[in-house]
Amino acid sequence: MPLWLLLPALAVLVPMFAYPLYQLGLLSLFDYGQPQVSGGEPARFVGAGNFRTLFADPAFWTVLGQTVVFAAGCVLVTLALGAALAVLMTRIGKLARTLLSYAALTAWAAPAMTGSVVWMFLFDSNLGLVNEVLGLDGHNWLYDRTVAFALVGAVVVWHSFPFVMITLYAGIQAIPPSVLEAAALDGASAATAFRRVTAPMLRPLIAIVVIQSIIWDFKVFTQIYVMTRGGGIAGQNMVLNVYAYQKAFASSQYGLGSAIGIVMTLILLVVTLFYLRALRRTGEVL
Amino acid sequence: MRRRVADTVAILVALVTVFPIYWMVLSALKPNGEILSADPRPWTLHPTLDHFRSALGVSGFGRYFLNSLVVALAVVALSALVAFLAAVALTRYRFRSRSTMLVMFLIAQMVPVEALSIPLFFQIRDLGRTVPGVGLNTLGSLVLVQLAFSLPFAIWMLRGFVAAVPPEVEEAAIMDGASRFTILWRILFPLIAPGLAATSVFSFITAWNDFLFAKTFIISATENQTLPAALLVFFKPDENDWGGIMAASTLMTVPVLVFFVFVRRRLVSGLGGAVKE
Repeated sequence: MPLWLLLPALAVLVPMFAYPLYQLGLLSLFDYGQPQVSGGEPARFVGAGNFRTLFADPAFWTVLGQTVVFAAGCVLVTLALGAALAVLMTRIGKLARTLLSYAALTAWAAPAMTGSVVWMFLFDSNLGLVNEVLGLDGHNWLYDRTVAFALVGAVVVWHSFPFVMITLYAGIQAIPPSVLEAAALDGASAATAFRRVTAPMLRPLIAIVVIQSIIWDFKVFTQIYVMTRGGGIAGQNMVLNVYAYQKAFASSQYGLGSAIGIVMTLILLVVTLFYLRALRRTGEVL
Repeated sequence: MRRRVADTVAILVALVTVFPIYWMVLSALKPNGEILSADPRPWTLHPTLDHFRSALGVSGFGRYFLNSLVVALAVVALSALVAFLAAVALTRYRFRSRSTMLVMFLIAQMVPVEALSIPLFFQIRDLGRTVPGVGLNTLGSLVLVQLAFSLPFAIWMLRGFVAAVPPEVEEAAIMDGASRFTILWRILFPLIAPGLAATSVFSFITAWNDFLFAKTFIISATENQTLPAALLVFFKPDENDWGGIMAASTLMTVPVLVFFVFVRRRLVSGLGGAVKE
């Protein structure tokens, strides 16, 4: 039993990951607010009380709904763009390919914080380049809920399409040329070969990329928090992650914030089960 | 002809993709007058380092840069070491809880760690009362949580690289009388260096980009602030010093960019290893 090899990892993960997760679950069952944190009052066990409060609050359902729609939109655009560019990369010259992959790498590498800040500058009401070019002096892009979400979504897509593009391109390159040659010999056109050979062979890889994207985009925090300044005008651009954080740290309802965290974890757990199934299909040994 | 259209489209996409970064660096170099001008130009004839000077000097971004670097490098080094040992255990040995552990590491990658900031805040606060150096307001607390968050992925990714080393290499070393320690550090470790490089990029980025935990843990000790959280402080609702913000953003982006380009090839093959094994 190679316990000593695993010991360092467990020594970090048990107290700093597993235990906080357990604590998150525990906190979600308590009324834990400012009087308990600083006043030394004992935390009151409320059972499913926090969840009942949450599910009875229409604001929660609005946030949950827009989190799902926002994440779904980001995932769809990211995948469509990433996949289209991956295919494009197989059909272009070396120079164009190098330029495209370096540009994608740049967007990928840019920290979420700087990405958000730079895009905010580009779309700034007074000094932004976009307003200058379009002649919309003083137009505030974050005023409308949908437009604000679209702008944040654009930044999320900009950050995440490179992963999809580069992974799928690597997947396409890994398909043995002989397979495609055989298809061509059988009289398949390029389009048919793509639809009947390339796409099915990539399916497991696509499944993984899709699920990874769902998980990332569902958890978007920095871009929303920074660009809409903590959730938008009157909280109109709240997503679950930001909502949980604000409930806990801005309004000192740590129990309620934890309950939102638990809801998120459970949703992601379901997505993870699909991920595990997709991984098994690729022949991953667990 | 078709090829030329495809090339043009690709180059256009590349330009649009890189434009925000170009605009960031350009604005960081523009004199204030040009930034405030109603007629912004995509070039400047009077580049200046003023914004960098004021960001590094008056605003203290030099200090924040160092803090970020210390945290990120500590996380990279510790995570590489710990993940390597765990990856060896999970590939080279068969034991009962192995599959369970692998699935746990996978599930850990999905956990919304942002939500964990709530219990971790109290945990770090209490920890700091008994162990100095890892409580609230310390860089140690950031290293600790970022290490924990980067490990599941690092272990998962390195596993593929360790598995790719044929066991015969180790068997030969055992025949030659090498100790277990020698095999681990002198033989296996150098062989999976490419994997370590790819893993390090991800650990580095997790730690370098972290904004939430820095904001949550570093409350009063502003001298221990890291770049992303410090940048938010720099952000004023109405009168933004865009030149300064862009200079600070540039300082924050460049190290990651260098790191990425440096390990570009390994990154792609490493991803293949992580995604498909």
